[in-house]
Amino acid sequence: MLKSKERINFAFYLMTVPMVLLFFVFHTYPFLQGIFYSFTNWKGYGKWSFVGLRNYLHIFSDKDVGNAYAFTFFFALLATIFVNLFSLLLALGLNSKIKFKNALKAIYFLPYMLGNLIVGFIFNFVFANLLPMLGQALGIGALSVNILGTDNAWIGVLLVTVWQSLAFNTLIYLSGLQSVDQDLYEAANLDGAIGWKRFKHITFPLIAPFFTINMVLCVKGFLMAFDQIMAMTNGGPGSATTTISVLIYKKGFQGAQFAYQSADAVLLFIVIVSISMFQLFVLEKREAKFE
Amino acid sequence: MTKLKSKEKFSWKITGVLILLSILLIFLPLYLTVVIALKDPSDMVNVLAFPKSIRWENFSDAWKMTDYPVKFINTFFITIVTLIFTLLTNSLVAYAISRNRKKNRFFNILYYYFISAMFIPFNVIMLPLVKQASLFHIDNVVGITFLYIVFGLPMNTFLYTGYIKTIPVALDEAAIMDGANPWQVFFKIVFPMLTPISATVAILTFMWTWNDFLMPLILLSKPEQQTLQLSQYVFQSQFSTDYNLAFASYIMVLLPILAVYLFGQKWIISGVTNGAIKQ
Repeated sequence: MLKSKERINFAFYLMTVPMVLLFFVFHTYPFLQGIFYSFTNWKGYGKWSFVGLRNYLHIFSDKDVGNAYAFTFFFALLATIFVNLFSLLLALGLNSKIKFKNALKAIYFLPYMLGNLIVGFIFNFVFANLLPMLGQALGIGALSVNILGTDNAWIGVLLVTVWQSLAFNTLIYLSGLQSVDQDLYEAANLDGAIGWKRFKHITFPLIAPFFTINMVLCVKGFLMAFDQIMAMTNGGPGSATTTISVLIYKKGFQGAQFAYQSADAVLLFIVIVSISMFQLFVLEKREAKFE
Repeated sequence: MTKLKSKEKFSWKITGVLILLSILLIFLPLYLTVVIALKDPSDMVNVLAFPKSIRWENFSDAWKMTDYPVKFINTFFITIVTLIFTLLTNSLVAYAISRNRKKNRFFNILYYYFISAMFIPFNVIMLPLVKQASLFHIDNVVGITFLYIVFGLPMNTFLYTGYIKTIPVALDEAAIMDGANPWQVFFKIVFPMLTPISATVAILTFMWTWNDFLMPLILLSKPEQQTLQLSQYVFQSQFSTDYNLAFASYIMVLLPILAVYLFGQKWIISGVTNGAIKQ
């Protein structure tokens, strides 16, 4: 039973150690460096000294950071709700007895293939030219200006994000729905469980694991929203649509706030890990209850 | 009899709604993109109308302005080289970890090391990474390719170990009895059996590297090193008034990936689903 002393062929070390070292140097070390510098006042160049927790304390009274967090949470929450709601509906539609099923599935998945950045640029045009034209023609005041230049810029960014994220989430829900045994539906039909009742008591509990996957991936992805913001509003107008990632990028690289934004990044890391853990824990517990 | 009938009956109502929605949500934006790319700037009064005359110069102008061939070759190099080396090296690491983590602590620790690294978002390491990259002179096409291969490790180790677990160790042992060393066992026996999960890893890696914007943005500053995605961002201010030129340029970036999708659509959809559900 002293199996643990079994000799490991040296080749296995050769297979792993070089890659692990590279990973450490280019991934883990920068991560640790970020944590280290978050306790200093380094600008990204020149001299620095330790400042203890000052960066972290400052974050909580900084309006820029506060606004970025508020916007990011608001944005991630709405995007998660809308994406999951619409993609579930879309998946239910695609899973029902329809014609051209595979073609429709392929069409709705298409946006996933397109880069966020270019999608953002294309919709920029829609918001800057097409919608205002439509708004003027119909006499709707709110639509007759470029929404991305107003206080409602977030709506534009949200719409495009939801549009693009639907593809992936629909696919996940669809594969969940396809795993549901058809006989179960027929049994439910006999019991008179149809429509909403059937969805609530039979379909949803069965696809709950897929709901968990989607929620976790959505929240994590949207909390780090970057590409579409850079493409559509560049964080504006003012700083109205600046997410945390955009703030870290802008102030960290161009604003000589290397150490300070490192603290911001560490905080983002803690937030994302805690939310992901919390979600996994709570949602999995709920799944278990359904069983 | 009734059961058979209900199986054959299609819901035309739902089919209709889905087709209508797809036209509005998917085809209209695509149509708009194509039409604008083909139009003359003077022909933009009625944006959605078909172009009065097709202006191919939009494409040749965008081609020259963004230096398309250079950006394409950069992106192509990054994507293909990352793909090949990710498949070969990441699966190898996962194999060594998977086969030894039950009997040796070192490999078990490596497993958890990579799994926990999955929780570190890229944005969190990007500031120090830029310093690290300029220190090692990897702020270029070759360097970023190298980083993609290394950064894929956590996720791919996770995907690969899950699959390698299902391949019987007896196969390894039989080959060893025949005198093969671990390298031969992996490349001759195990690696060919990994094809389904390798397909998933390949698709996810391809999508990531081809469409990535953030990593090129912070690492590739020289014009001759930039990728297609990044060049669209860089040229945005020069495009600003000329939408026709800009859209022609976007189409040239989207076309390669649309072509890939057209031919590998089934494969891509199952690969992406597979990868997400395993997470």
